[in-house]
Amino acid sequence: MNNLENKNSDTEGINGSQIKDTGFSNLKYLVVGIAFGIVFVKAEIISWYRIQEMFQLQSFFMYGVIGSAVMVGIISVWLIKKFDIKTIQGEKIEIQPKTFSKGQIYGGLLFGFGWAITGACPGPLFAQIGTGVTVIAVTLLSAILGTWFYGFIKDKLPH
Amino acid sequence: MNIIEILKEPWPWYVSGPLIGLTVPILLIIGNKSFGISSSLRHICAMCIPANISFFKYDWKKESWNLFFVLGIFLGGVIATYLLSNPNPVVITPELSAQLATYGITDHSGLVPKDLFSWESLFTLRGFIMIVVGGFLVGFGTRYAGGCTSGHAIMGISNLQWPSLVATICFMIGGFIMANLILPYILSL
Repeated sequence: MNNLENKNSDTEGINGSQIKDTGFSNLKYLVVGIAFGIVFVKAEIISWYRIQEMFQLQSFFMYGVIGSAVMVGIISVWLIKKFDIKTIQGEKIEIQPKTFSKGQIYGGLLFGFGWAITGACPGPLFAQIGTGVTVIAVTLLSAILGTWFYGFIKDKLPH
Repeated sequence: MNIIEILKEPWPWYVSGPLIGLTVPILLIIGNKSFGISSSLRHICAMCIPANISFFKYDWKKESWNLFFVLGIFLGGVIATYLLSNPNPVVITPELSAQLATYGITDHSGLVPKDLFSWESLFTLRGFIMIVVGGFLVGFGTRYAGGCTSGHAIMGISNLQWPSLVATICFMIGGFIMANLILPYILSL
């Protein structure tokens, strides 16, 4: 069993490396995060308005963003597998498969509700706080509490 | 127009979408990390309030890259706002603008409407639902679904995982139902 798996095969965002990260090697992810956060803000993906326009089919913008991101992702993963590209540390790249659970339906719908209300998925929450909308820190705390509550009642939920 | 002024304009989807997609191979190649953001919330729980719950009993330090990544997203937000800020108000579709005006939401000077997301608003019923209940649903729903837009819609579909496609379709259905059928009632509160 890998580090994150806990009977519900939730391995999102998993560290597939066997090499121990140090504080210094983790700075790489800080830098990638900064670049990512800048794109989030400059493309206005973190805008509540863009999310409303997406769900009310008023604008193509978010479909273009997500669609082109997925296309680049699919091609990248295909190339990595096809040419057996290694990490910069020389490791084989490991991607955990996702296994189906009913949680993807129930949880997916609930997250969809939250996404349309807050206009944010978890990533944009961090960026929104960075743009100076400090009250979103409350939304983030509430999301952490929601995550905790899921862990608390997980075994009673259908999966 | 110089380069900084171009960067200050809102970036088009065909620039930002592919840049977001590139995060997938970059994270894999620099350290075998699978792209996913909502997992950071789980690590924060594991770090701060594990409360002996099995779901939070794992070596969160091994996953700490994710916390550096989200700290970076926060700093990216700071940098984009203070160095590359668009001087003009956010452009929104006339339909949305007209709709929001009926709920008294007219201040479009920021990326999120100030009439909904502010400390004053937090203590109204409408603001509480938008800020607190919305956040709770995001945290609970993503974890129940085993991922969010990044973990499922981008990373999972990039790896051609059909459960991620199911999750993504459900995110969209939930969003459509909320934005079109339920949110109008919340906004009228």
